[in-house]
This record gives sequence, C-alpha cells and structure tokens, in this order.
Amino acid sequence: MKKKIFIILFFSLFLFSVKGHTYSSDPKEFITEIVNEAKIILVKTNSKDFKTSKLSEIAKETVDIEGIAYYSIGKYKKNLSEEQLKEYLILFEKYFLKSFTSRLTDYSDPKINVISEKVINNKYTIVESVLIATDKKPEVKISWRVYTKNPDQPMIRDLIIEGLSLARTQKEEFSSVIENNNGDINQLFAALKKFINK
Amino acid sequence: MRKVIYTSILMILLQISVANAGSTDSEKLKVNKSQTATNECFEGFSRTVFKFNHGLDKAIFKPIAKGYRTLPVELRKGTGNVVSNLRSLLTLSNNVLQGEFNEAGKTAGRFVLNTTVGVLGIWDPAAALGLQKGGKEDFGQTMGVWGAETGCYFVLPILGPTTTRDAVGLVGNIFLDPVYQITHDTEIRDNVAGNGNYAEHNFWIYRGADGVDFRAKNVESFDSLEENSIDLYASVKSLYLQDRSKKISNSPSSIDTQNDSDWEEIDNK
Repeated sequence: MKKKIFIILFFSLFLFSVKGHTYSSDPKEFITEIVNEAKIILVKTNSKDFKTSKLSEIAKETVDIEGIAYYSIGKYKKNLSEEQLKEYLILFEKYFLKSFTSRLTDYSDPKINVISEKVINNKYTIVESVLIATDKKPEVKISWRVYTKNPDQPMIRDLIIEGLSLARTQKEEFSSVIENNNGDINQLFAALKKFINK
Repeated sequence: MRKVIYTSILMILLQISVANAGSTDSEKLKVNKSQTATNECFEGFSRTVFKFNHGLDKAIFKPIAKGYRTLPVELRKGTGNVVSNLRSLLTLSNNVLQGEFNEAGKTAGRFVLNTTVGVLGIWDPAAALGLQKGGKEDFGQTMGVWGAETGCYFVLPILGPTTTRDAVGLVGNIFLDPVYQITHDTEIRDNVAGNGNYAEHNFWIYRGADGVDFRAKNVESFDSLEENSIDLYASVKSLYLQDRSKKISNSPSSIDTQNDSDWEEIDNK
C-alpha cells in the first residue's frame, strides 16, 4: 500500500514538474486562462521578485519567444553567423522576459475582459480584450496575436495595444540601433546586454 | 515676452495631445510597407530635438500631469469631458472634409446634446443615449484620407513628432477649428494681437488642458515605454507612425488592419 502511494505521489510530482499548466487549445480560452493566472500572481503578493519569476514562467510556456526574436531581427538575421544567432536568441529571451515582466509587475489588480476572437487564417487568431479603466488610467483595448499553426498548442506572438503592435515597435527599434551603428549587429547585442543588466 | 512663453508652453501641451490623443480612439491600424518605409528628414537634428523635448517633459509636463492627478476624479472627468467636447468641433470639420457624413452627424449630435443637457460638456448624456464617442480627426488625417503621402519624419522643437503631411495638417487645423476661429482676434493693440479679454488665450487654455488631461492618463504608459526601450527615439517614432496610420484608416477594429506579411516571412524560413 505504501509502495502504491509512493508511486502515485512520484508520478504526480513528475507530471507537475514537467508542465506546470496545460492551457486550452481554443485561442480565446487560452488567453482567458493566461489573464486569470497572471491576475492571481499579481494580486497574491507585492513582491516584485515573486511576480517576475512567476510571470516569466507563464511567458516561457505561452509566448513564442523564439518566433518574436526572429521577427524582431528581421532582415538582419541572414547576416548572423551560427554563433551570433545563438547568442542573439539567448540575449533576446532575457531581454524579452525582463521587458515583459516589468510592464506587468506595476499592476496590482488588473481587470481584463476577454471579449472575442477572430480567425485570420490557419496560422493566426486575434483575441480581443479590454483592460478596464481605473480612476487614473483610461480603458485600453488589447488584441493578442495567437499563433495557431499547432492547433493543440497556441502561442502568443504579439500584443496590439489600441492598434499599436508591440512586436513591430520592437522590430523597428532593433533596426534603428543596427542602422545607426553602420549595420554592426554587435551594437544591438551591447544594447540588449545593457538593458538586461540595468 | 510673457505671452510668447505662455503660448509656447501651451503649444507643447497641445502637441502632446495632438501627437498622442488617438490612443483611446477606435480607429484602425494599417501597418503596411509604406509606413515602415517612412524616411527620416534629418535624423541627427530630430534626435537632438527629441532629447530637448524629453527633458522639458520631465521638468515641466510630467510634474504638472502628476499634480493634476491629485484632483478629485469627478473634477478631472468633467475637465476631460469639456475639452473633449470642444475638440469634437475640429473632428466635425474633418468628418465633413473626409466625406464621413454619418460620423459628422454623430459628432454634431453629441456636441449639441453634451453642450446643452450635459452643461457645456461637463457630462456626457449623448453616450447614454447611444451616441458613443468616436475617433478624433485632424487635418493631417484628412489629407491622408485624400491620399497625401506621409512625407518624411522629423521632430519639431516643442511640438514633437510629426511628418511633412502632419506638419501641414497642424497649420490646417488652425483654419478648421471653430473654437480657434471664434476665439481668435487679429486686432492689434500695443503691438499685441488679441482683445482686452484675452479671448484667444481661451483657445490655448483649452488645448493645454487637453494636453494635461491626456498626459495625466498616460503617466505609467510613458514611464513603461521609457523604461523598456533600448532606443526611445525609435520606439516613439514607430508608435507615432503606427498611430497616424491607424487614425487615417478610420476602422473601428485592429483585427483587419494588421499586415501579416512580416510574420509570414519568419514562418517560411
């Protein structure tokens, strides 16, 4: 009997450690689950470190960070050596997670209503939501670009806030850094490192 | 001299409003190739001016906006409604010029209801009657709707980010804004334009209040943008151009205005 309990416990722990959370394959439900999960974290504590750590975990599971990395570097990717590409992907993930979590940790109790979804094609669905207004902040429309190429595992690729794409802004920012340094990709790496370490 | 300084300060607030006021508008974003291809007119100069404007914002406008936020919510809401109601007259002129007659009717209906029943626009009874607030329009957008090219991007001292088309639009707004035309007085007394009641100043006060109200609503958004940018100048440029494209396209949805071609490129690799 003890042995059985031990085996059940062992496999339970194993399962939970392999994947913390299984998200819905329906894009609208997928976003609703993420929003609810993030909200629990943001409400639970005021500890910025805790929020950052937990939000990073969610982001790693639900955001296509590598896809966004390729999108952000755009046409400059073809100039990268294998080593540089490897370094870029590592730097980008750190940069992305820091940027992503710092945007959210200031919220203590965000109220987001997930409203609708629209299938663009077999690769993308846009999920519409609204961040409810507070005394200090106006209502904000947030659209989520969900990548659905693997229909069983949707992934977020962009946040479009009031019609302004964060991914596009980031792409143009990266391009500006490279262009203003005579196409030197190392200057982008330096800027990313500076951001990560600040 | 005092008048010049006073007007300049209010112009900065005005530009913040003009450049960014559409962030809550329900218009669409058309992120297309031509937008991303918008060239700089003179980037070095623009970056220097951008730094100057950024410094001014930190030293003057952000503290004002933060102070404004300490006022009671109802007072801020009423102020925001009044300036928004006055601003709708410029939108109305541009609705007509764009041939958006349904929108023009809605904008006019809202103005009449809110100015009368809503007591000079302090309250918004029009929304309760189903006339929801539409997007803001200006002459730069109207020229965009007419097919005028964006031109190149640059940053004006005090007035902030703009393009060739939008800079021309700023001048056009003066002629198209009924509030400016009503309050404007070209009479010269003692080498100063304006009548004894400083009627023209009322226009700048209203635009300044609009700028403060907008800045106050976006303190955290601006902080977050600043904190999370590796090149703030480039971020602001991208957001400005996306916002202008969105406004010109006049769509209530962001869904059908996204260009997927960039994403297709990475999927095909």
